[in-house]
Amino acid sequence: MPPLVELRNVSKYFGGNPKKNKSVTTALDDMTFILEADFPHIITVAGESGSGKTTMLMLLLGFYEPSEGEVLFNGKNIWKMDREETKDFRRSVQAIFQDPFAVYNPFYKVDNLLSIPIKNFGITKNKDEARSIMENALRRVGLRPEETLGRYPHQLSGGQRQRIAVARALVLHPKLLLADEPVSMVDASLRATLLKQIRDLNQELQIPVLYITHDLTTAYHVSDYIMVLYRGSVMEAGDVEKVIRDPQHPYTRLLVNSIPWPDPSLLWGQTAEVVRGKTILENNGCKFANRCPHMTEICLQSPPPLYRVHEGQVAACYLYQGCNQIEKANLSEMFPNRPNTTQEHSMDVLQA
Amino acid sequence: MTDNKVILEINDLKTHFHVEAGIVKAVDGVDLRLNSGIKLGLVGESGSGKSTIALSLMRMIRQNGTISGQILLDGVDLLKLSQEEMRRVRLSQLSMIPQGAMNSLNPVMRIGDQVTDGLIDHGQSMNKKEKENIVGELFKIVELPPKVMHMYPHELSGGMKQRVCVAIAISMRPKVLIADEPTSALDVVIQRQVMETITRLVNDMNLSMLLIGHDMGLMAQSVDVLAVMYAGHMMEMGGVKEMFADPLHPYTIALIESLPILGSRGVFKGIPGIPPSVINPPPGCPFHNRCNRMMPEICPVQAAPYREVKPGRWVSCHLYN
Amino acid sequence: MRGFLSYVKRNPAFGAGFAILIFLILFSTVGQLFVDTQKGPYALATMPNLPPGPGHIFGTDRQGRDLLAVMVVGTGLTLEVGAIAGAIGLGIGIVMGFVSGYYGGIFDTIITSMIDVWMSIPGFLILVLIASTFRNIRLGVLEMGLIVSIVSWAGPARAIRAQVLSMRERPFVMMAKLGGMGSLEIVMKELVPNLLPFLVMSLSQSIYGGIMASLGLEGLGIGDRRNPTMGMTLFYVNYYSAFLVGLWWWIIEPVAVIVLTLTSLVLISFGLDEIANPRTRRGL
Repeated sequence: MPPLVELRNVSKYFGGNPKKNKSVTTALDDMTFILEADFPHIITVAGESGSGKTTMLMLLLGFYEPSEGEVLFNGKNIWKMDREETKDFRRSVQAIFQDPFAVYNPFYKVDNLLSIPIKNFGITKNKDEARSIMENALRRVGLRPEETLGRYPHQLSGGQRQRIAVARALVLHPKLLLADEPVSMVDASLRATLLKQIRDLNQELQIPVLYITHDLTTAYHVSDYIMVLYRGSVMEAGDVEKVIRDPQHPYTRLLVNSIPWPDPSLLWGQTAEVVRGKTILENNGCKFANRCPHMTEICLQSPPPLYRVHEGQVAACYLYQGCNQIEKANLSEMFPNRPNTTQEHSMDVLQA
Repeated sequence: MTDNKVILEINDLKTHFHVEAGIVKAVDGVDLRLNSGIKLGLVGESGSGKSTIALSLMRMIRQNGTISGQILLDGVDLLKLSQEEMRRVRLSQLSMIPQGAMNSLNPVMRIGDQVTDGLIDHGQSMNKKEKENIVGELFKIVELPPKVMHMYPHELSGGMKQRVCVAIAISMRPKVLIADEPTSALDVVIQRQVMETITRLVNDMNLSMLLIGHDMGLMAQSVDVLAVMYAGHMMEMGGVKEMFADPLHPYTIALIESLPILGSRGVFKGIPGIPPSVINPPPGCPFHNRCNRMMPEICPVQAAPYREVKPGRWVSCHLYN
Repeated sequence: MRGFLSYVKRNPAFGAGFAILIFLILFSTVGQLFVDTQKGPYALATMPNLPPGPGHIFGTDRQGRDLLAVMVVGTGLTLEVGAIAGAIGLGIGIVMGFVSGYYGGIFDTIITSMIDVWMSIPGFLILVLIASTFRNIRLGVLEMGLIVSIVSWAGPARAIRAQVLSMRERPFVMMAKLGGMGSLEIVMKELVPNLLPFLVMSLSQSIYGGIMASLGLEGLGIGDRRNPTMGMTLFYVNYYSAFLVGLWWWIIEPVAVIVLTLTSLVLISFGLDEIANPRTRRGL
């Protein structure tokens, strides 16, 4: 059985080829990542702007064509699929986007977000049945169908609209869900509810979810695993608990130390002063070298491999040269399919 | 660091907007006291009225809005000043870093000129040398290299642009600095750096700051006193540590419980329901329809008074009558 | 309808332009009930050189046309030429713009080069060349509109391409793709409705362009000289030196109609720009 989704040595450049032209942006740099179908876990793809996390999302959705390498779905290159395969891919890989306003065409009622895929993917041909599927899904995300269906997007709040997006994923039962900053534009009081719904969806449908975010606090809460990207490369990956509580890569440390924890007993001042960013000069080694307080000669020569710093945690940093290496292509080993560690999740809490 | 002198006092502030559908009561009877040298955080969700308060203080609300109540800045009621007098107060005594300020820098004007623009506007005259000195001093405070003054906005990173906006805001050493989401568009590392610069300079210059935002984490890191707004009303106010340790208002309690903190992974406590409409809002406490301790005989009928229940702790809830 | 009225109230430019256009259309349609359209607008219909007065309230020209009849018929003809040219030009522009903006790739390269080449050639020169090639054919309203449309597609094509490009990556388009919609369906159901104000604005601009071009051609005497269009009227005004002879009404009347027509189109596109372009949209 081929894996559900695979990025095989994928790079994405904007504006040409970096081997010929130095000014080309490398958004994603030779990434290999495998996701199996029966993997009911949430993996966070974390990074700041320019880290390549959005590029990874767009590649997985088939909206960007890779500059190098292949994106495979069920073992097939998604850019070389026939009509039927494309349709299957489209239905199987779904997404929730950041902006709960912009995903709606202001011209149509919000019903469209649910009814169009129901029609196009042949979930049901019967209108009444379609209606009841929609109503059920909406109730399960804590919305009242009579207050939701038939409305235009501007008549609903951001939180309501984002819940409809979750309901859509429930209806379509995808094989992979990509959640791109789903709570960053939603009010604080609604965030926890929405994250819980995504978690529950992941557990109930037993599907992998990639949670793409810059916000490590919500990542820590919702996900099982994390990979931290910086300028298109993986800096650190592994168990979310380990990576956030005890980051090893200097970049991850910088990120984690900058988290504004909503807790006056965990103040910024207690951690080391963050290093000021310098101008990034090109080098052939580690991409973080120019901002790194631990930079040595070797860092500028070749990109560091992934070192297994602990069980369930790898860091791409020469500080850990003593540790075992793992192949870049085997990154997915860091996300083993094991029983869930967090509390039981039940859908009944959704009934708001 | 504080001498307990009240520098800014807001009494029964009401800012209403008249729209086709009715009256939007964006701010509906808010009281607030800011002591000299204090950093006060004003948090609220979108639509809670927190940014409207900032704009009301600056008297820069849209044409269809009316402001009533009292805004006393060092004893002077800003709402009674003429337009011209208010113009002189802005920047020199009460200054603001507006939301998205860094995108409002003029793209065709050198940074240094933009920094001194306000000073010149307020009647200061300076030659080229003095100008460079003034800007250089300000840049030292906000930790920018002096060469930035000869650059244009597109040559700067987001964090640097935001520092320029901070430099402009403090250029006349105002009594009160209002910062509306000053780090909202920045990455987390830069956010920490800029925020640390702002809190440091506020302390060093003994300014008072009103920090407006939605991010409880940023508040916990940066302010002394926290005030929580909901649907145009002030819900609760108190020292930041006490507020997080022992919130009183059910809304504050729920809000703090919903936050992702270190150590409680996988626990999600959302607040059910959605905030009420600010157009023709229902009577009673604005939070009653989402409150788990709602008292049916009073909460939906009558809004609770906003009173001091312990020294320095203000709350608007019938539970504490 | 109430929405439309309240919109006009907020956007007086659009309202004024629309009102003028309606007035011109009524003038040329209802007006036909009151004038002799069979003979009136043609030469030798009545006494020449009469100033405005009873019987001929717009006066008559050097060749004895009743100018009221000329205005009534000519306004309609000129608007027709503009509408034909505008519609055809915009139609080509829409197809080109959407294909090049949405599908991109090789289509985009070809179409943008075509637009660039086309726009760098002085359009009026082409028109004169083409129109004078067809000397032997009677250049009626339809033929004139077709010829003029040759220059009026490139502008809309370029503008629509830019709009489509900016809209193509919007999240609701991505959502439509994830909902299993095909390319053509996305263009028709997701993009076109959002571009409607912009398309109407482009239409009024290309009608404007069409009218200007036809006036230019006819003013030079190219076209059917029997047709009492505004351009031909100007041609005769010039040919018979109306200015020197002192037939002031013969000059003022077509100029007034032309100014009103063009003003109304400019105001409409100005007003629609506010809806089509969010950056200039005023707060509600």
